[in-house]
Amino acid sequence: MLQFILKRLGLAILVAFTVSFISFSLLFLSGDPAAALAGETASGEDIEALRRLYGFDRPMLVQYGDWLFSALRGDFGESYYFRLPVASLIADRLSVTMTLGVCGITFALLTAVPLGVVAAIRPNSIIDRIALFISVAGQAMPSFWFGLILIVVFAIQLGWLPPSGTDTWRHFILPTVVLGYYAMPAIMRLTRAGMLDVLNSDYIRTARAKGANETRVMFRHALRNAIIPVVSLAAVQMGFMLGGSIVVESIFALHGAGYLAWESIARNDLPTVQALILIFSMFYIVFTFLADVLNAWLDPRMRSS
Amino acid sequence: MITASTHDSLLDEITGPTPSQMLRKRIFGHQGFLIGAIVLILLTIVAILAPWIAPHDPYAQSLMTRMEPPVFMGGDWEHPLGTDHLGRDYLSRLIYGARISLLIGAVAALISGVIGTAMGVAAGYFGGKVDAVVTFLINVRLAMPVVLVALAVVAILGGSLQVVIGVLGLLLWDRFAVVMRASTMQVRRREYVAAAQVIGASTPRILLSEIMPNIANNLIVVVTLEMAHAILLEAALSFLGLGVQPPTPSWGLMVSEGKNMMLFEPWLVLIPGAVLFVLVLAINLMGDGLRDVTAPENRS
Repeated sequence: MLQFILKRLGLAILVAFTVSFISFSLLFLSGDPAAALAGETASGEDIEALRRLYGFDRPMLVQYGDWLFSALRGDFGESYYFRLPVASLIADRLSVTMTLGVCGITFALLTAVPLGVVAAIRPNSIIDRIALFISVAGQAMPSFWFGLILIVVFAIQLGWLPPSGTDTWRHFILPTVVLGYYAMPAIMRLTRAGMLDVLNSDYIRTARAKGANETRVMFRHALRNAIIPVVSLAAVQMGFMLGGSIVVESIFALHGAGYLAWESIARNDLPTVQALILIFSMFYIVFTFLADVLNAWLDPRMRSS
Repeated sequence: MITASTHDSLLDEITGPTPSQMLRKRIFGHQGFLIGAIVLILLTIVAILAPWIAPHDPYAQSLMTRMEPPVFMGGDWEHPLGTDHLGRDYLSRLIYGARISLLIGAVAALISGVIGTAMGVAAGYFGGKVDAVVTFLINVRLAMPVVLVALAVVAILGGSLQVVIGVLGLLLWDRFAVVMRASTMQVRRREYVAAAQVIGASTPRILLSEIMPNIANNLIVVVTLEMAHAILLEAALSFLGLGVQPPTPSWGLMVSEGKNMMLFEPWLVLIPGAVLFVLVLAINLMGDGLRDVTAPENRS
């Protein structure tokens, strides 16, 4: 087990460094960040001054090394737009995104798992059909459109919930539904497939033959085994959702890290964008690493692969 | 010794349906696949014939006829789906928008399909170090937040159709690589691959004429899924203002432009979003159907 963890940890760190290099070099695509930063009306001297000020005149690898070592110490430089340290800027905004992410995945699990279980217990029933419809629709639903519809219906027509902002918990309900619905179809399909698989296995038949009541069979024997892959999928989905929260945060004007990313990209704020790409990637890497370890802990057969 | 029952089953085998007949039967018996395919074909025809069937020029502005409602909300047949805030005919913009979505979906899926399939097949067939490198690249790619990276790159390079297609094509190869790698690993162990190796067939030949035809059904399923994925992402990027730029009639952009008038004219947002939803739904239904039809034993 320890060997497995160390191996996965080494891999995760290697992935993290590669991602950091790619995300750094991506932003050199523009050819000349100084010219982009100075704007179209700037003179050659202005651009040259900016280039020296931010150190763009040095070789890219040197700049990368510099950036990486500062980043490892938690220093991501200063935002071009906000004139504040990027690290504190992001730290301020991250709590909103994390809250949204946790609410979203909780909503997805609380709706998808029961629905998947019921669908598997009664295949081809009405509930199974409804579950299938919800998951197929969820995969095709543009989240920005779904969000706008919810705003029109629940915030404007019915007036039940606020349309935007972060002041109270009620502000988080609509964004949670939109973000959660994005993760729901995959979790539900996996729960249903896992339950169907497990329910046909010998040990379930044995449990029933012993005379265990149906509730006990479902929860103690079936769900416990079917839920293992769902746990790791949920962790991976959580990583995806933090990245996907850009769209949701922009619709509902939630001033979290996703909204910050959108603002910074539109304003050419390179240090902030670089830092955000790196931080979102780190979240994904950490979550998948935890999912791998959790999986190996729950199911020893996973440790060999 | 031939008994009556083995004789019957032998007869069945000779006179029964051929594999292609069975496949055809499964295809036409699968509702989801049929519905998805019909909707997709219809929308493709509409996209191709756009210049002939669109009632108006999608770019023509008319300040006299701004924000006219659709027919079902009291408008007239001159503009069946009404006009937008610049007086442009909404139906015409929707029809031309189908071109943008389908073009981006198809080309992005093609680019990412070529990249991902090459990586996945190489990893699955050669294994060892090649596999380790490809698996590592897949992990790196999965760790990068797609929306964020795509937005940033499009912002740097400028939001043209080519840039959006290129960025999505270079970002969405992960599922191709994962699925093709797993499929190739399964096929590689079959006898006919060993037989081809034994008669001295070259590696490219084995890959192209032994491996590829036998993983093609999985490939087609991933193509449909990634096409849907690319279409949704383009719409999201354009909605955020960092994808295809105005005045191009992209559906995501139309939702974004209608957003400010959503309170009074909700159809400005509802119609393009609904069309986008239907297109993606159709492609997904077709993909799910293809999976069921080509591999009934793997049905979930």
